[in-house]
Amino acid sequence: MESNLNPATEARETPIAELRDASKHYGAVVAAQGLNLSIRRGEFLSFLGPSGCGKTTALRMLAGFESPTSGDVLLDGQRVNDVPPHQRPVNMVFQHYALFPHLTVAQNIAYGLRQRRPRPVEAEISRAVEQALETVRLPGFGPRRIWEMSGGQQQRVALARAIVNQPKILLLDEPMAALDKKLRRDMQIELQSLQRSLGITFILVTHDQEEALSMSDRICIMRGGRIVQVGSPRDLYDRPASRYVADFVGKSNFFPGQIASSAAGRTTLAAAGGLMIAGTAPVEIAAGRTATASLRPEQIALHRRAEGLPVTVVNRIFLGEHTEYLVRHTNLGEFLVLVSRQAEAAEGGFEPGDPAHASWPEGAALILADD
Amino acid sequence: MRIYALAVYLFLYIPIGVIALFSFNAGRHAAQFQGFSAQWYGKALSNPFVVDAFQTSLIVALTSAVLATLFGTMAAMALQSVKGRLRVAFDALIYIAVMVPGIVIGIATLIALVTLFDWLNPLLAAVWPLAEGAPQLSLGYGSLIAAHGLFAMALVIIIVRARMAGMDRSLVEASADLGATPWGTFRQVTLPQIFPGILAGFLLAFTFSFDDFIIAFFVAGSQTTLPVYVFSSIRRGVTPEINAIGTMVLAVSLLMLVTAQAILQRGRKAG
Repeated sequence: MESNLNPATEARETPIAELRDASKHYGAVVAAQGLNLSIRRGEFLSFLGPSGCGKTTALRMLAGFESPTSGDVLLDGQRVNDVPPHQRPVNMVFQHYALFPHLTVAQNIAYGLRQRRPRPVEAEISRAVEQALETVRLPGFGPRRIWEMSGGQQQRVALARAIVNQPKILLLDEPMAALDKKLRRDMQIELQSLQRSLGITFILVTHDQEEALSMSDRICIMRGGRIVQVGSPRDLYDRPASRYVADFVGKSNFFPGQIASSAAGRTTLAAAGGLMIAGTAPVEIAAGRTATASLRPEQIALHRRAEGLPVTVVNRIFLGEHTEYLVRHTNLGEFLVLVSRQAEAAEGGFEPGDPAHASWPEGAALILADD
Repeated sequence: MRIYALAVYLFLYIPIGVIALFSFNAGRHAAQFQGFSAQWYGKALSNPFVVDAFQTSLIVALTSAVLATLFGTMAAMALQSVKGRLRVAFDALIYIAVMVPGIVIGIATLIALVTLFDWLNPLLAAVWPLAEGAPQLSLGYGSLIAAHGLFAMALVIIIVRARMAGMDRSLVEASADLGATPWGTFRQVTLPQIFPGILAGFLLAFTFSFDDFIIAFFVAGSQTTLPVYVFSSIRRGVTPEINAIGTMVLAVSLLMLVTAQAILQRGRKAG
């Protein structure tokens, strides 16, 4: 019974932030169009997409640096379209950190606390700063100047400067873009555990799908100023709603064709050369329409016995736990097959030029509408 | 090529060097050096006309530099948010103001002020409530400060703008994001960032006013600034005293310029 919800539960159910049909236009340029998204309390959500897809605009509307041309931005149930950034209970970690070069590390971190009215006493501020420095594992770095810190350290300072204010939402604008790969991996793990221990809602903007997949509770995929799909990393990987998402999240093989039949949750696609590929369509497509079958490389098996499609091995890349084969089929063209170490041990390896057979479980393909 | 360059530098600096050297001349003739002495510095500093002119120069330079810095900085900040053609127009006007010859500024300011005073003084006398003593607007400190201040303002705008252009825009956003009001952001982030530019602008404005002769010559009225005094006394012959005054003006100007450069350099490194 909806009406029996008690107020306390209801308050907890209020999304921490919400975009309601929010659009941002700059003259004729559309940066974001009709964004609808509700962000749950305490979740780690990522905006994922290529540059210019509107993810940064979405973040900046939440921070208050942009106000929507139409639609609403809500924080904690309150409409905040016209609330300036300095009055919003959110903090941001900027892409290039935006640390104040004329202040020390400790002064940078204390900056937000010093803006509060009434202003906290100095002892309280320095205690909070020390604690924040410890949280980001930089104890004792307070008196340093910003330019004395490495890129990774500066990033931690930027993080400490934001979390010391205990914001309702922490916004992260491609915070790891400037770090090298190893450091980025460490920082991702650290950010994730920090988010769990602090219980603050994190909203991350990134164009790195691996980063989004490994850190987020939910990912919001954007394209051309619009939201394409929102879901957990697993959802997006297993049930992409479009070819764009399947392509963006993980690797996939795409076989274009025409819908031959569509009935009872089972869709069959006639691919090149009349080859039938059966699978499920997340969005129903009428028979006769062009569509694309998507198969993940790890869904396909490669073997010597004559079962499935006859293919020729073109190339192999050893990836440690897996081996990635590029194979060619007369009609389907080239596609990728990911073979696990065990499977390879059972079947024996293949060399480029070897004949082989590729197969996948009947109905495993995803049939996606062209977009 | 090197010889030409050397000749150009010699031509530029030998006269200045000669003036500095002869300011220490023990004899009283400007043309022959008769041993070192600082007596002309003593003479110059005990001459009431020199001291008076120095005082006038100092007051005018300080006041005009302060005003130019204040308004120039404000203008530079306001111009940040002006975009497009209006911006181009403003930029052009500022650069033209710096490039217009001093003599044009001097004559133009003189004509404008005299016309304005001719028009305003009767009006002022008519509305003045007391029976006597309606103030007469005339050339003097006010016109000197106004003319120097306006010209120096263009300098300050250019210098502060250059400094602002080098400033990371996201710092202002970060400050707002951390809860600082617009005024708080200006005070705690923008001002410290552009301060080297403001200080350098102030020093250049001061230097410009302190050694300007042309504009001051036209608009000084009954006041005499140091360069104007030097010019008028040269007509009675160049004495080592004049050399001493010239050398002192040069020293003050050089000191200011070097300080301004050093501040800009250091600011660039830290910012």
